[in-house]
Amino acid sequence: MPEPILKISKLSAHYGDFQALYGVDMEVAEGEVLAIIGANGAGKTTLLRSLSGLMSNEAGQITYRGQAIGALRADQVAALGIALVPEGRQLFPSLTVEENLMIGGRVNRAGPWNLHKVYDLFPILQERRGQASTSLSGGQQQMVAIGRALMSNPDLILFDEISLGLAPIIIKDIYAALPGIVGGGMSAVIVEQDITKALSVSSRVYCLQEGRVSLEGGSATVSREEISRAYFGIA
Amino acid sequence: MEWLNAVVQGTLLGGLYALFAAGLSLIFGVMRLVNIAHGDLIVMAAYLGLTATVVLGIHPLVALIVVIPAMAGIGYVLQRGILNRTLGDDLLPPLLVTFGLSVIIQNALLEGYTADPQKMNAGALETASLSVGGLSLGILPVLTFAVAVAVIAGLQWMFYHTALGRAFRAVSDNQDIAQLMGLNKRHIFGLAMALALAVTAIAGIFLGIRTSFDPSIGGGRLIFGFEAVIIGGLGNLWGTLAGGVILGVAQTVGAKIDPGWQVLSGHIAFLLILAVRPQGLFPRVSG
Repeated sequence: MPEPILKISKLSAHYGDFQALYGVDMEVAEGEVLAIIGANGAGKTTLLRSLSGLMSNEAGQITYRGQAIGALRADQVAALGIALVPEGRQLFPSLTVEENLMIGGRVNRAGPWNLHKVYDLFPILQERRGQASTSLSGGQQQMVAIGRALMSNPDLILFDEISLGLAPIIIKDIYAALPGIVGGGMSAVIVEQDITKALSVSSRVYCLQEGRVSLEGGSATVSREEISRAYFGIA
Repeated sequence: MEWLNAVVQGTLLGGLYALFAAGLSLIFGVMRLVNIAHGDLIVMAAYLGLTATVVLGIHPLVALIVVIPAMAGIGYVLQRGILNRTLGDDLLPPLLVTFGLSVIIQNALLEGYTADPQKMNAGALETASLSVGGLSLGILPVLTFAVAVAVIAGLQWMFYHTALGRAFRAVSDNQDIAQLMGLNKRHIFGLAMALALAVTAIAGIFLGIRTSFDPSIGGGRLIFGFEAVIIGGLGNLWGTLAGGVILGVAQTVGAKIDPGWQVLSGHIAFLLILAVRPQGLFPRVSG
């Protein structure tokens, strides 16, 4: 495996008294697309929030390009080149489509992504650029959320449930755009409940169950039985 | 004609109230912070202006060149040093801390400047007037109103046409997600408070030219500012100007009925609007 861009060691996280992650170990290689699957409440979103600096971590270490980032704020993590496409899109309602994209570019890292490139990827957004972001359909909002993350020219992009709540045809379009996004050498972590979709675009997969890694393997080589066992905890 | 005069004078007075209120509206809009010390900060700006005019021998309006950056700097340091630590889901800590700040500012001004009323001397500007359609309009109230309109138009332009304005709106919408965009919310809040206190500096100078002031009057200015903000609709800058005008007109019309009714009639207008439209006349539309 190439040198990891991201290394997570024995990571634990809590919401008050509730422990959401128990000593998670994980690695993401340079240019790799990694899938993280798991049922609701498995800790997938908590893991991404921890990686992006939105949650403080009580124990464990997160290392990005050799630098410990577990104690950094989200804006500092973003400046290092990690972008999150959050669950539920979470666009800024008082900003237009184009303003949402432009604010993603505040990080101002050098790279190929800019407004024109995002509009090339999602042409519908150019037509809607002056509209309030909340007036778009769910799929278009997801395109804005992805474009907003790309505008920071990240080296590692984290997708949290990008298909959640979207019509199948829209999910197909979004996933069809993924190779164009990660094809330039960008690493990606895709958190999904749609196992088939997640496996189809990733090279490796981790399954989380109740805050613990229950499976790690190649996306093309793990069997349905192994996934079922890891996903549902069925022996 | 006397009633028309009362309405016009009230409208111009509303410009001063809008200046009192614009800073409150801005920081509430960006960070949901209710600043109890706002009135005292206006009075502090008036004292800074007074000091600048005495020490440097300059006109009060020229003193703005000194007072605006000074207040902006104080605002940034205050926000980064103290107020950011109080912000969170609970509205009570910032209320208590800014209340404490209000007491501290009042006492510090008392210690530094005594309780004697002070006033800034703006020379002929204070008495100059122009005649419009049979009405005599003071140049100072007209200038105050024009400055209030310019300040609010400027803030509105900044909010909707600059990167800083986008950052203010993004942080206001969702602080966590704004952080993901590389925005340091503590710095953005500091800039918002700096801008709010820069506006407060303008309000303080016009207050100090228009009327006498002493360390204890901050509370009254805070109430007028609050009333203008709430009448206009929380977080809406043009609404704040409208709120200031409504408050000013209510006061001057009340004073026309009976001089003792001036302040009371403003409060009654505020209560009536609050009862009919609790969200204000022009609430900010979001979501």
